[in-house]
Amino acid sequence: MTDQQPNGAEIVIKALVDQGVDVIFGYPGGAVLPVYDALFKQNRVRHILVRHEQAAVHAAEGYARSTGKVGVVLVTSGPGATNAVTGLTDALMDSIPIICFTGQVPTHLIGNDAFQEADTTGITRPCTKHNYLVKDVNQLARTIHEAFHVARSGRPGPVVIDLPKDVQFAPGTYVAREDVVHRTYRPQTEPDPKAVAAAVDMLEQAKRPVFYVGGGVINSGPEASKALTELVRTTGYPCTMTLMGLGAYPASDPQSLGMLGMHGSYEANLVMHGCDLMVAVGSRFDDRVTGNLTKFSPGSRKIHIDIDPSSINKNVRVDLPIIGDAGATIAAILAEWKRRKAKPDRVALKAWWKQIEEWRARDCFRYEATDRVIKPQYALERLYAATRGRETFITTEVGQHQMWAAQFLKFEQPNRWMTSGGLGTMGYGLPAAMGVQIAHPDALVIDVAGEASILMNIQEMSTLAQYRLPVKIFILNNQWMGMVRQWQELLHGARYSESYSDSLPDFVKLAEAFGAVGLRATKVDELDAVIKEMIETPRPVIVDCCVDQKENCFPMIPSGAAHNEMLLGPGDRRESSVSDEGMVLV
Amino acid sequence: MSDIRRHTIAVLVDNEPGVLARVIGLFSGRGYNIESLTVAEVDPEVHLSRITVVTSGTPMIIEQIKAQLDRLVPVHAVRDLTLEGKSVERELALIKVAGTGDKRIESLRLADIFRARVIDSTIESFVFEMTGSTEKLDAFIGLMRPLGLVDVSRTGVVAISRGAQAL
Repeated sequence: MTDQQPNGAEIVIKALVDQGVDVIFGYPGGAVLPVYDALFKQNRVRHILVRHEQAAVHAAEGYARSTGKVGVVLVTSGPGATNAVTGLTDALMDSIPIICFTGQVPTHLIGNDAFQEADTTGITRPCTKHNYLVKDVNQLARTIHEAFHVARSGRPGPVVIDLPKDVQFAPGTYVAREDVVHRTYRPQTEPDPKAVAAAVDMLEQAKRPVFYVGGGVINSGPEASKALTELVRTTGYPCTMTLMGLGAYPASDPQSLGMLGMHGSYEANLVMHGCDLMVAVGSRFDDRVTGNLTKFSPGSRKIHIDIDPSSINKNVRVDLPIIGDAGATIAAILAEWKRRKAKPDRVALKAWWKQIEEWRARDCFRYEATDRVIKPQYALERLYAATRGRETFITTEVGQHQMWAAQFLKFEQPNRWMTSGGLGTMGYGLPAAMGVQIAHPDALVIDVAGEASILMNIQEMSTLAQYRLPVKIFILNNQWMGMVRQWQELLHGARYSESYSDSLPDFVKLAEAFGAVGLRATKVDELDAVIKEMIETPRPVIVDCCVDQKENCFPMIPSGAAHNEMLLGPGDRRESSVSDEGMVLV
Repeated sequence: MSDIRRHTIAVLVDNEPGVLARVIGLFSGRGYNIESLTVAEVDPEVHLSRITVVTSGTPMIIEQIKAQLDRLVPVHAVRDLTLEGKSVERELALIKVAGTGDKRIESLRLADIFRARVIDSTIESFVFEMTGSTEKLDAFIGLMRPLGLVDVSRTGVVAISRGAQAL
């Protein structure tokens, strides 16, 4: 019977099919050749060949975030694995389900400093949710099924499976997905009914409430966003979203206050500061959201709904923690609210909204309109106007353009917005857009980029060409690492140390060199035509949108400041706005 | 911070490669303190190991440490023995004292008072074995220092709850 057993490489493919995987992102090398050979002999799992392993992970992240499925990566040992580390860390910080197979030198060579050997499980231990080194082929199928369970359940995250080459060759027994139950890992998803009842008590009593929702709602699935939307509308309370949570609640809804945090809206941050009840759902009180912790929302009681108990009381002490899946918990709260026929305090709520509308009237994202130069905010407003009503997915790189995109592009649905929130990985957007486009071949997928970030994974243009992926790269080119320059301007006496983007390529020619279409807009009156042409071109496009070089991203909570100490614009700059303690923060 | 307290935490884990590295990496990566850590397999049939870790921190940090430990995939259970009822703690030390004459006699006399056992002896040295609380071991080792203490090996704390309940 032995000769009819599949080998390790075939078990990998079998397990992937069993798990419903139809596409993986990877790059071959010596230590994974058996798996590539098994891939060659079948046609159920499609392989997308990237140009750098970091991009394979980001592409899998884009795939996962736009579909809600697990993204799968296949790379070789040594440099293949170490190149994947940035992507894995990114996925860990943003709670994205990823399975990453790494080749490994044969078991008898492990520890011998063999060619392309790296201690992959050692290196990836702190940047994965879990990792495995499979030394016995008979444990391989079970391990893969367990890994998928770990990656997708609870708070999702990346899982590495390190596969020595001899294990890939060895014949072994396959175990089906249904036959594998994890021994210990069973996160709590259903909330405690007592806590749910207590939450509804607090919601009923609130006079100045706010929902503060994050990526946990997106991760929970589209049903969670629907339940959230119903709960927010039923209560009539305001709702603000984190960078990761954009799309969880429709941006165009009057009860949406937009994004909160360092570059969030004035009204969202003042609501957080002045509320008497904060309902955090799938959000983690990140430093970009809270600003100065000692001055954070001083007068509020706080409910924290999270699937990860370690998120509770990590940064901010809360009054009512509820461990559970965001969607299940919101649905339970909504059901309890309806069962009681609960009513908000109408008088208090009316006064609260009156106050919120006053803050909103400050029009905090306002910028100086001009026809002299393309303002980056204006470019994004025009991009948004041109993409409205289409099936559009947006990814970004990291920096000013990312914050402007979060401010000016509106998301009505979840899973349409892919950005590197926790790790802040420049170079994320292009490969993520590739993964999104693979999952949604007919959709409009745009990477809003900066000229510095895009160069960090520009080699993926070649992948776009190979798979004819019509990804649009919309570069807001201000010839500076804009966010670095902004901080140097505000915090370091305008000494622009190494933040100028010197010797940039001609992005139009660069696009053409990769077989894509290059477009450029330098004047305000060219912008709309360029955006239109970009959208209508059924091929990959780079738009070099040359924008105001000096524009800064406002509003802004300076480091170490509180929500009510926002700077609204360049005229609002106070020399003393950043304290000594604030200077050392990032 | 004045509310920093010492806690003894018991962690039941799958005895698999890398599990100790996960626990230690969690403490170092997140800047938590380890005063002592012991680990050994306690159930060979199901490959379960028990880690006893003594750490210190504010209540918020201790709560974080337990939550972070609990979300490691191979971890079965995390118990704070300092908070959850009464427990007993013991540590074992091997203590080598070298010397001759009065000092040698004095070290032997003190060992007797502390109920330390002599488990190795040469003309110019003793190795004492001693079990007790961390404080008791500290006290004995302190007394040995002027009497020719040359080497100490300690296990770190192991602990278990009082009463009939299992972890």
